[in-house]
Amino acid sequence: MTNIQFRETLIRLGDDSLILAQRLAEWCGHAPILEEDIALTNIALDLLGRAQNYLKLAGELFDPVKSDDDLAYHRDAGEFRNLLLLEQPNGHFGDTICRQFLFDYFSLLRAEHLSSQTVNEYVAAIAAKAVKEIRYHAYYSSKWIKRLGDGTAESHDKIQGSLDNLWKYTHEMFAVDDFDRASIEAGLLPELSELKQVWAKRVGEVISEATLTIPSNPNMEIGGRQGEHTPHLAVMLEEMQVLPRTYPGTTW
Amino acid sequence: MDPELPFLTIGEMGMLRDIYLKDGHTVIVLTPTYSGCPATDIISKDSLKAARVVDPNAEVEISLRPAWTTDWISEETRLKMTENGISPPIGESHDRAFLTGDGKVVPCPLCKSKNTKMVSAFGSTACKASFTCLDCMEPFEHFKCI
Ligand SMILES: [Zn+2]
Repeated sequence: MTNIQFRETLIRLGDDSLILAQRLAEWCGHAPILEEDIALTNIALDLLGRAQNYLKLAGELFDPVKSDDDLAYHRDAGEFRNLLLLEQPNGHFGDTICRQFLFDYFSLLRAEHLSSQTVNEYVAAIAAKAVKEIRYHAYYSSKWIKRLGDGTAESHDKIQGSLDNLWKYTHEMFAVDDFDRASIEAGLLPELSELKQVWAKRVGEVISEATLTIPSNPNMEIGGRQGEHTPHLAVMLEEMQVLPRTYPGTTW
Repeated sequence: MDPELPFLTIGEMGMLRDIYLKDGHTVIVLTPTYSGCPATDIISKDSLKAARVVDPNAEVEISLRPAWTTDWISEETRLKMTENGISPPIGESHDRAFLTGDGKVVPCPLCKSKNTKMVSAFGSTACKASFTCLDCMEPFEHFKCI
């Protein structure tokens, strides 16, 4: 694995966390009840901290060195490498929960591997912390999936609709390009095809307990890892980046 | 001290991991509680300010590994939390039931009743969950076990 390949992996890890953190932060002050407002923004905070850690490390591998803020605020949509799933709009509360649930179960498996690999100690340290946090997030999101799926007819239909809409983005979590291949061969990233089987089993158990159905054969969409995003990302970034771009170098 | 729990020191919180001398200056080793905990920055700056009174060349080092755990909070400190109205972490973090709050009894720190319920798995700061006491009806915060 070259330095550029390592840096790319770090950016992908960092962008997954950053973009989902920003989406969740959009709920601040808008969630259905105060407790859920607090929950979603707490999860956002964990993700933001993780994004900072990964992007700081990635930034050190640029010449000249970039800060985590440079990477967050001064890249355009086409330069982001997050999964398409994570940039999808919040929709209703069920849509947000469904997006979280599908990602949490993947993110946990990936972090478990990252925390035990020995290629890079600092990545292992970030991931060891993340594992504890993601377990808690997965507990939260899966509980809501069950409650909404096995709740009223209306909540069932709504969350089934969320699953139907978002399922097409799940394949991308396990899709492997040349960068991923190099990281997997070096032992940094887990073998994603093996991860998919474990993920599918665990996610499937929750979905069936929630009396929901996995949509059959939707057209899977990929492209986020290569910078080919859905139009939603640019709109989101516009809001996220406006302040540092309008007033470069400004501080609190 | 912890700005979000001002009655506790960072030592009692388990965040202050070590103080050692490197090339003649003091190094303070801190471990953040949560990845995105906004108090980490403040704690780091406060520690540096305090240390520089004694050693103008003091530095702060952030250590992520081993990851912070509530196991580092002593029984004595847990008692102090209860006295200050916060329900302390119960048990050890490797017990999965304690992680989620499922099936564990979280007594009310105010009236000591065991008849309480979790309102949210999250709370006003990254490290806490929200509970309500069904006897005295007071809401209270419980320190998550991680
Ligand atoms: Zn009470």
